[in-house]
Amino acid sequence: MENLTDTKVKELEIQANDIRESIIEMLVEAGSGHTAGPLGMADIFTLLYFHAMKHDPKNPEWPDRDRLVLSNGHICPVLYATMAHAGYMPMDELKTLRKFGSRLQGHPHREYMPWLENSSGPLGAGLSQAIGMALADRMNNGVSTNKTIYALLSDGEHDEGNTWEAVLLAGKEKLRNLLAIVDRNNIQIDGPTEKIMPLGDLGLKYEQFGWHVQEIDGHNFNEINDAINRAKAVYDKPSVIIARTIPGKGVKEFERDYRWHGVPPNKEQGEMALKELRALGEKIKSKQE
Amino acid sequence: MLNQSLKLNTKVFNEDVEQIPIRQGFGEGLLAAGIENENIVGLCADLTESTKMNLFAEKFPERFIEIGVAEQNLATVASGMAAMGKIPFVSSYAMFSPGRNWEQIRTTICYNDRPVKIAGSHAGVSVGPDGGTHQAIEDIAITRVMPNMVVISPCDAIEAKKATMACAKTKEPTYLRLAREKTPIITTTDTPFEIGRAQIVFTPEIGLAQVGIIATGALLYKALIVAHNLEKKGIKIKVMNLSTIKPLDTEAIIALAKETKAIVTVEEHQIAGGMGSAIAECLVQNYPVPIEFIGVKNKFGQSGTPAELIEHYEMGVSHIISAVEKVLKRKLV
Repeated sequence: MENLTDTKVKELEIQANDIRESIIEMLVEAGSGHTAGPLGMADIFTLLYFHAMKHDPKNPEWPDRDRLVLSNGHICPVLYATMAHAGYMPMDELKTLRKFGSRLQGHPHREYMPWLENSSGPLGAGLSQAIGMALADRMNNGVSTNKTIYALLSDGEHDEGNTWEAVLLAGKEKLRNLLAIVDRNNIQIDGPTEKIMPLGDLGLKYEQFGWHVQEIDGHNFNEINDAINRAKAVYDKPSVIIARTIPGKGVKEFERDYRWHGVPPNKEQGEMALKELRALGEKIKSKQE
Repeated sequence: MLNQSLKLNTKVFNEDVEQIPIRQGFGEGLLAAGIENENIVGLCADLTESTKMNLFAEKFPERFIEIGVAEQNLATVASGMAAMGKIPFVSSYAMFSPGRNWEQIRTTICYNDRPVKIAGSHAGVSVGPDGGTHQAIEDIAITRVMPNMVVISPCDAIEAKKATMACAKTKEPTYLRLAREKTPIITTTDTPFEIGRAQIVFTPEIGLAQVGIIATGALLYKALIVAHNLEKKGIKIKVMNLSTIKPLDTEAIIALAKETKAIVTVEEHQIAGGMGSAIAECLVQNYPVPIEFIGVKNKFGQSGTPAELIEHYEMGVSHIISAVEKVLKRKLV
């Protein structure tokens, strides 16, 4: 995809801010769910669905679409909200999150929403599924396939052995059509990742497993977009983008606090967050291009 | 007598009955299925020859993925390939797949409803000298409990080949339970096979049967020997080959219970949660009759020859005869 113009960046920033507002509204209504991860990944999801990814909300089963495999299913509020904003479902449906009879299960389930690429929640299994897709795509379309299989992972799920089994295999298979994006937000449920189970220099580890590695600011649209473009130009390796993000991004009271990993805002906290996000939205809109 | 309509191996009761490992049938079936359908792919966790996937891998190297010793990755990568239209067969020892990777199978294959076919070789205590760590005797329980999953446990290599080729054509996640050892050939290439269909392989020459033995996997052979021997003593037995454990052929099972009013189940698996439990679940709701269970009684396996272990864990011919005698005494009418 082409470089971003300033107008486009502004458009994406406004979009991401709207998605964050939807996330807060969904979580308050649901009364349970995860707050920090979805807010932290809103910019990356926005760039993917509103710029980088080849997809068609009107034809979700388009065979030539790129694939997005969400591994850490618990951040699904950002997936659902982004997909609703992109036109995959009515905006009203977001309010059904985690409720009985809803297509928006607490963790994504493709039996109810067939245009999700995978059901997920149990950690450590998404990268492998993306690898399977990339292998099958290469068998079908050859090494020069123009599809990209995106795998979105959390840093915390690098505690799982399954993740490293997958990292090994992708390196061995030199899957150039595979692009993993790791949400390096440094928190997990019990506390900071480096205290619970130190991951250290994740990029270096991936590099030693045969991957092309880039580390970026996961809130800077130009950096995200440039990294995706560079990853697509790599011919003989799978790519990983270690995206440094701020958990809870956009709401100062939630930012960088691991206690917001797995809880929703209550009504008052939600109103406070929405007020903050609306003000931020106005600020972006009034910014000089 | 053998059920003539099934065209079974007429030499099955001979001393020198032909014996082939059940896993061999899987290897040949996968190769044949691979020739028929180019979307079939094979993935293995460093046991390619041992699970007989090598036959497929040698013919179709571009459709074979060596995963290494990583069974969790084996299941999840296969799920991803299935998402792109492939029919993946994954093979390892049953203890590791579906043993080690159960949750990955549950979430990424069954919950995702992807047509991945899981071949678990070396099931049962008859693995022998490798010992208890390598003897999967819980695999039927942990696979049949999952929604969407089909569970097949063929009785010999010929049936294993047919089961492999049949499940290559279905959309359901499937577990194929395979044994390592050479196993007597019971069926022939002319014997019909259909997923979900039980078969009465042995019937009394005349009249109704007094006991129904329902067996799955390689132990079907021992059930046949029992029926054959007791026939000479005037005890009339029907033997059912229940190769598909899920979905259960409830119609055939209820019909057998109605005729015999006494059932013995035979499997090389823990009694808890296995094929016999599935039969009990069915009959207790539909037509309760006394049931005796042949299987492992809440113990782990150990090293030994297959014959020693089958005897030690009370799954031999003499044990099945005792179970038949016991269930006859328990009959309600």
